Amino acid sequence: MNVIASGIGELIQPPDMNAFREWNRRKSKALVDKRMSEQEAIARFVQEGDYLGTELYGTVRAPMSLTRELIRQGKRDLRLAGQGVTELDLIIAAGLVKAMDFTYIGLEVYGVSNALRRAVESGQIEKVVEWSNGGITWRFKAASMGVPFIPVRAMLGTDTFNCSAAKAVECPFTGEVVCLLPALILDVGLIHVHRADKYGNAQIDGISGFAFEMSRACRRLIISAEEILPSDEIRRHPDRTIIPYYLVDAVVEAPFGSYPGEMCYLYERDEERIKEWVAASKTAEGAQAYLDKTVYGVENHQQYLELIGQERLDHVRSIVKGR
Amino acid sequence: MNGDYNPTELLICLAARLMEDGTTAFIGTGIPMLAASLAQKMQAPNLVPVFEFGGTGGSLEDLPLAVGEARTFYRAVAASGICDIMETAQRGFIEYGFLGGAQIDSYGNLNSTVIGGHDRPKVRLPGSGGANDVGSLCWRTIAIMRHDKRRFVPQVDFLTTPGYLAGPGARETAGLPPGTGPYRVVTNLALMGFDEKTKHMQLLALNPGVTLEQVIENTGFELIIPDRVDHNEPPTAEELRVLREEVDPNRLYI
Repeated sequence: MNVIASGIGELIQPPDMNAFREWNRRKSKALVDKRMSEQEAIARFVQEGDYLGTELYGTVRAPMSLTRELIRQGKRDLRLAGQGVTELDLIIAAGLVKAMDFTYIGLEVYGVSNALRRAVESGQIEKVVEWSNGGITWRFKAASMGVPFIPVRAMLGTDTFNCSAAKAVECPFTGEVVCLLPALILDVGLIHVHRADKYGNAQIDGISGFAFEMSRACRRLIISAEEILPSDEIRRHPDRTIIPYYLVDAVVEAPFGSYPGEMCYLYERDEERIKEWVAASKTAEGAQAYLDKTVYGVENHQQYLELIGQERLDHVRSIVKGR
Repeated sequence: MNGDYNPTELLICLAARLMEDGTTAFIGTGIPMLAASLAQKMQAPNLVPVFEFGGTGGSLEDLPLAVGEARTFYRAVAASGICDIMETAQRGFIEYGFLGGAQIDSYGNLNSTVIGGHDRPKVRLPGSGGANDVGSLCWRTIAIMRHDKRRFVPQVDFLTTPGYLAGPGARETAGLPPGTGPYRVVTNLALMGFDEKTKHMQLLALNPGVTLEQVIENTGFELIIPDRVDHNEPPTAEELRVLREEVDPNRLYI
């Protein structure tokens, strides 16, 4: 295939599809109880220097209880797939990130992320490789397909392409130029879902974001769930199961696991508490004080929820939009 | 009530008027959400708003705050995922795409990645997000911008999202789908389009109370000024009523 152009960005997680097949072959398919605490899941399945991915986006279905535990345990030198907002903003503010495959880190309606600005402009994050949201998800899709790359028609002709690790090639069938995106296999993924059974069969309500593709692109996968249901209940609705148990290494029960973000049909995001982070993260000191209070200052998710207080939790449940 | 509206309300009304009934529009956070909601309540009840993380054809009766939240798929025709949405755009199903950015050049190329160089930038911006996909794959893109010389620049610091790239034929040479590209630029001063031959940005209409000189002064490149320049109508009483009472009654944006 004739390569017409190559991005100069480093491929910070080169795909090895045969090694991934071997990994998946060896991965246990036993139906065993994988329930554990955030502490145990993060300690056992996240290593320093890992390539980490999170789902979904913004404040939606964000794996916040797992993220706070990851920060408490100070897992450093992480490489990240940057298609998140709230949870990744906290990880970046905690100084745990060395390199990123970048799509969007910002505070959506509240503008740029100051934590990101400090980390990138100072050189604390050493490598930033650019992609589009579609691009990074298609990279997960390639991994999920078990193939080393996927052809797409986006990113071409831009600096986003130039600062990526993509390649433009002549299509061997049509002769047209297409963009090839390398598969992205995560060392570890964190996904928060509406419900799961103790084995890890996981169901999501509302939009599925990129949970389907990302869950199949992980070597290790930690699921947190608003509730753990009997497996019979989950199996009665197999059509709702996005993530089958054999992809999953740990299942953490985390009610309000996305707070201060939201879970559709269960609770709304807490605008006041999100604004608290927006204001605090304007300065490094403010961000540190916020982390001291809400992350380092509590031992676990239960203590965090006690810090937030039942009144706020009742409030975000009461304002949720129905179907 | 007619003479009494703010610049954000004007932008929303101008953007909403561009959306035709019975078509598809890729909607991002902020003004495009309000514009799509207003359009649904005015001339385009059958507009299909599409949100990048899966919300398709929802009823925007309650204003979404973010592109992934539940209001983007309230009473929707589908709630899928990002691959489905981006692939729907890649197959040619999505007519309009809304974009914004920190900088735009005369070919409609947009920057939302960095000010300064990419290594150790002066300002690190939020990045492409879905913008590059929207600018690559939707048929016609509409940029919504504030109009000043810092934003309308001869050359963007970083080309995040493709406009017409280096000019006529450049998108096709790069491999982007033929027949796609920037369509309109809506600002607080004017409405712009693109010259069919040169692909340079050209003035189409001035906003109420804005002079030609003001537009020229606030544009950092040479804008094509055609012989005939229209004037945008101010928001109608009905547009303002719907916008204030139904689209954004809590005044989150306006």
